[in-house]
Amino acid sequence: MPLLKIGSLTVDYRTSRGTIRAVEDVSFSLEKGETLGLVGESGSGKSTLGLSVIRLVPYPGVIVKGHVKIDGKDIVRLPEHELRFIRGRKVAYIFQDPMTSLNPIKKISAHFAELIRTHEPNVKEAKALERAKTVLKDLGIRPERINDYPHQFSGGMRQRIMIGLATALNPDLVIADEPTTALDVIVQAKILDLLESLRNAYGMALILISHDLSIILERCDRVIILYAGHMFEHASSTELHRNPRHPYTQGLLQSIPNIELADQKLAAIPGSPPNMLNLPRGCRFWPRCSYVMKICRTKEPPLIDIGHNHFVRCFKYSRGRAKS
Amino acid sequence: MGLRSYIITRILLTIPTLLLLLSMVFLVMRVLPGDPVALHFEKKATPEQMETMRRLLGLDKPLWTQYIDYLWGLVDFGYFLEHGYPNLGKSMQTYEEVGGQIFSAFPATLELAIYSMIIASVIGILLGVVSSKSYNSILDHLIRGFGTVTYAIPIFLLGMIFQLIFGVYLRWLPTGLRLNPAVDPPASITGLYTIDSLLEGNLFKFFESLKALLLPSLTLGIILSGMFIRMARTNMLETLRLDFVTAAKARGLKESTVTYGYALRNAFLPILTMMGLQFAILLGGAILTETTFSWPGLGRYIVDRINFRDYTAIQGAVVMFGLFVTLVSLVVDILYAYFDPRIRL
Repeated sequence: MPLLKIGSLTVDYRTSRGTIRAVEDVSFSLEKGETLGLVGESGSGKSTLGLSVIRLVPYPGVIVKGHVKIDGKDIVRLPEHELRFIRGRKVAYIFQDPMTSLNPIKKISAHFAELIRTHEPNVKEAKALERAKTVLKDLGIRPERINDYPHQFSGGMRQRIMIGLATALNPDLVIADEPTTALDVIVQAKILDLLESLRNAYGMALILISHDLSIILERCDRVIILYAGHMFEHASSTELHRNPRHPYTQGLLQSIPNIELADQKLAAIPGSPPNMLNLPRGCRFWPRCSYVMKICRTKEPPLIDIGHNHFVRCFKYSRGRAKS
Repeated sequence: MGLRSYIITRILLTIPTLLLLLSMVFLVMRVLPGDPVALHFEKKATPEQMETMRRLLGLDKPLWTQYIDYLWGLVDFGYFLEHGYPNLGKSMQTYEEVGGQIFSAFPATLELAIYSMIIASVIGILLGVVSSKSYNSILDHLIRGFGTVTYAIPIFLLGMIFQLIFGVYLRWLPTGLRLNPAVDPPASITGLYTIDSLLEGNLFKFFESLKALLLPSLTLGIILSGMFIRMARTNMLETLRLDFVTAAKARGLKESTVTYGYALRNAFLPILTMMGLQFAILLGGAILTETTFSWPGLGRYIVDRINFRDYTAIQGAVVMFGLFVTLVSLVVDILYAYFDPRIRL
């Protein structure tokens, strides 16, 4: 049984201006210890997808269809009080902005003590703090700083604390939602290394969410490319890197700068992502696609299995059907 | 800067504020039409009598001499030690010490202010939190409606409705005064009847004074709660969608911990500021409530004195009011630093 199994997940935001389908018909599964990257532009639904895994899609978001099974348990249909034992204990979430993810009026010690004693009520306060100090030490933060408040730490340190909170209970799955976007480049690499070393040490599965395909290719076993709520391509990192099939993925890969070609002019994908309240008919990418065919403007392409566990949502790869 | 020097600086800073306030009231009272002496005699006295009275009150002296005399009285430390209140001069109507009058009217106002603040805070914060948690539901709309209605309804109207229901028809509660006239007030220790009667160990007096307090403080509390509900709801809504609240939920913390330990404790700071200001205003006397319920507090004292252009009494009341506002805001600032570790005094 896979650790995580998502089937035809669809999430809507019911806003006053209309319904936005942020995630549509997404299916994938994740084995224990595996790393998966979710790549997409802002508004592609990657954070919504990540938050759906712990059923914390913000208001007015609703999971309208599909299932999210963790160890075979469908969390979409779980009562709220049972969800609590999954959040933090089985699945931990690291947010994008470490500056705002800690409660400004609570000490770091309180953050850890609350977490540990919520999930392990038998642990005494002092014991919980001991454990928290060990966690901090492993993260390269002096243990005595546990009595400080969040504002007394730098951004990178705060993200390390967030990682510590996420991994303190040794969860099966960690979801890191753009964990380094708010940090500078040097700290970024350190944070990602830290995540990777913790993952190797404890054998957790990891879902890394990013808009940066190069980071994902470097650090994840598998990649899912999201565009306007749709899975566009799904393959292993090596396969996707060697053999990108979707025109959108190809565009993304071409827009990664190469250090050896300093004078290279970066390729860009023309246009911008569609308005989610007013999606184009047919394929969501066709207005920006240089391979656009007649059928793309009228029909939505299905996710096509092209072998080697490689899936693409593009009519270019549907044998025979593209001509109809 | 340490807490102590902060408090001392703040207290010293209140002196120029109070002085400015005092000078303005001093001038405005004397510029406004109306003469305390003429109002006192109701035009039945001869010009000579009125002149004598003017001289007695010191109103014949030039303005600046009156001003200096008044200020001089304020800093009379010997007087303060002897009476326990500052020398605010003598009333121009009753010739009693203004300080003494204010001092005896104040406990009634303080007691009413404390109880109505408790009622307003409990109703306001509780309903505000519930409302924000059930955002855009029927319950949310109902609570918001309640908040708007209580905010808009005139306080004397609600007071009179309560008086009619609980006092006249049901006869459960008295409609006015601090205590049933048949009952002797408890020995004055704090001046607050509910506390003094408890200190005396007299439960009967305690319930009597509580009964008298119930309608006015409920009226005032409900009226104020509208503003508190609004404030609590907006601040909670803002805080509930912050990252650290979502992050706390993502760690599986209990719903109540997230709502109170994370959201409310952060949303509470702006509410605290408003509560402090509101409390200070209440300490200056809830004029309409005190009038509706014949409550012998500062509010009624001020209204009575204004009608007679009692310069000294008004000045004294304003000085006290300024003092309350500055003291309460000092306390609020200290509490703020206590609640928010990012603020250092």
